[in-house]
Amino acid sequence: MAYKIKGAECTACGACEAECPNNAISFKKGTYVIDPATCTECNGQFSSPQCASVCPADCCVPA
Amino acid sequence: MSNVVSLDGILGVGELKSAALTSKGASGCASSSCGSSSGPSDLPADVWEKVKNHPCYSEEAHHYFARMHVAVAPACNIQCNYCNRKYDCSNESRPGVVSEKLTPEQAAKKVLAVAQEVPQLSVVGIAGPGDSLAAQGNNTFRTFDLIAKSAPDIKLCLSTNGLALPDHVERIKGMNIDHVTITINMVDAEVGERIYPWIFYDHKRWTGRDAAQILHERQMEGLEALTSAGILVKVNSVMIPGVNDQHLVEVNKAVRERGAFLHNIMPLISDPAHGTHFGLTGQRGPTAQELKALQDQCEGDLKLMRHCRQCRADAVGLLGEDRGGEFTADKVEAIAVNTDDEARRLYREHVEVERAERHASKAAAREEVAESVAADVAPILIAVATKGGERINEHFGHATEFQIYEVGTSGAKFVGHRRVDTYCEGGSGDEDALEMVLNAIGDCTAVFVAKIGACPKEKLSKAGIEPVDGFAFDYIEESALTYFKAHAERAAQGAVQSRTGRDAVLRPAEPVARRA
Ligand code: SF4
Ligand code: SF4
Ligand code: SF4
Repeated sequence: MAYKIKGAECTACGACEAECPNNAISFKKGTYVIDPATCTECNGQFSSPQCASVCPADCCVPA
Repeated sequence: MSNVVSLDGILGVGELKSAALTSKGASGCASSSCGSSSGPSDLPADVWEKVKNHPCYSEEAHHYFARMHVAVAPACNIQCNYCNRKYDCSNESRPGVVSEKLTPEQAAKKVLAVAQEVPQLSVVGIAGPGDSLAAQGNNTFRTFDLIAKSAPDIKLCLSTNGLALPDHVERIKGMNIDHVTITINMVDAEVGERIYPWIFYDHKRWTGRDAAQILHERQMEGLEALTSAGILVKVNSVMIPGVNDQHLVEVNKAVRERGAFLHNIMPLISDPAHGTHFGLTGQRGPTAQELKALQDQCEGDLKLMRHCRQCRADAVGLLGEDRGGEFTADKVEAIAVNTDDEARRLYREHVEVERAERHASKAAAREEVAESVAADVAPILIAVATKGGERINEHFGHATEFQIYEVGTSGAKFVGHRRVDTYCEGGSGDEDALEMVLNAIGDCTAVFVAKIGACPKEKLSKAGIEPVDGFAFDYIEESALTYFKAHAERAAQGAVQSRTGRDAVLRPAEPVARRA
């Protein structure tokens, strides 16, 4: 299971990248993307997916 | 009039150059100015030493020195109802325009490029477009590191909502950042929950009263930690009528007790087109009179700042002007930069001399009024068209803003600025624009200009605002006091009625279109 970023709504602020405990988020071609292979949905690390909790545009959602 | 040469003219900078460069897209006058009451007498010596060349913190410095913001911090950790994240953080900047986001390396290069073109540059700030300390403040601190290496004479400052501030106090101390601005809109979670829908703190999203309570506690903790470490802290508050307007009196008291040295109350700028929660729900901003009444109420021992322009997160220039368009990433890329600080040093030395003279002549003018005018004569408001150097040196038709002075027996005090569209675009005055000017300065007794056409002159007189061009190119404060003295004499003979005037309309400058 993994999260993804809805690119059309992303403001490219980078807040999610700084919070992800697994460095699963990176900036590619004008928007941020989540690497589904690295994303753990923050399971066992935090009570909620960090990217979704910090995202101002509410565009980090379950893939 | 012996002193018609402006400071810019003497130094061969500004005037010509900036007029040409700011012709398009600049939001304010070529160089912003206002006579100032803020001098060494108002502030403790050590504070004055720190702020005297900082345009945002010292009213006087904002005539002479330029600041720039670099937009290296796009991420934020809270949501404000007056903010739309697609745009700049409105804590420090007007919504509606997206800043060019820079990497720390690009930002440091931009600073050097500007410092070389604009010797008035004394401060570089980081204010967003998000929160400068969100995302661990990584970009912010890296940028400051680079600037400290290449241009150590430039002061550094940062603005924050305060949520992450306690975590970074040690680092701020270590970096020799001596100015921090915290935006504090409430000291009570009940008020706070109407301003902040959520915050991200300790790896969780918090909402409602809990969110506001945490934010409040973190703000106070950060404020205390900074002031006790000897770092100057300015507090910004956004005045939101019906939400926190009266409450800001308590905020003022709370931040004063904790050692903030300046409190800057800014009007909410709200428009449905900005897409903010307040904009969409029809929450209005305050009128000029409401803002001034609150500022007057809060002005005690704590110096209030009234010249804040609510600049964009990537503003460049003197307050009231934005030369950001000259320094976009690709233009900076092409500029060859060096680290020579000679021009900036000479400029600062010159300002020191001019300042000393001005302090003496202002004091003399104040004394004269205090001696000759009865203490019960009510103060009046005067609008001034100026483009810098504390002089009345702008044509009425070219003014993009008017500086407002309150003049009375206790002296002349800068109390704010009012934006207008230029009345005279390419020579012909336009009726609507004149109407807007009348609205913007409707509460003033007189308007001081360097020059004015016959037609607007007549319309102003009809509206009860006396157009005055007799003080053209003179210093603002001394002229205002001279005018007030004459005004008091006329009033004593019953020749003029005291005037309460209409309320005035506050408006933001036209946003400059900029690529996202
Ligand atoms: S859910 Fe957690 S692990 Fe996955 S991308 Fe978001 S922050 Fe990273
Ligand atoms: S936090 Fe949201 S808006 Fe910001 S970069 Fe990540 S996905 Fe985009
Ligand atoms: S926003 Fe206010 S404090 Fe910041 S640079 Fe502009 S005037 Fe100064």
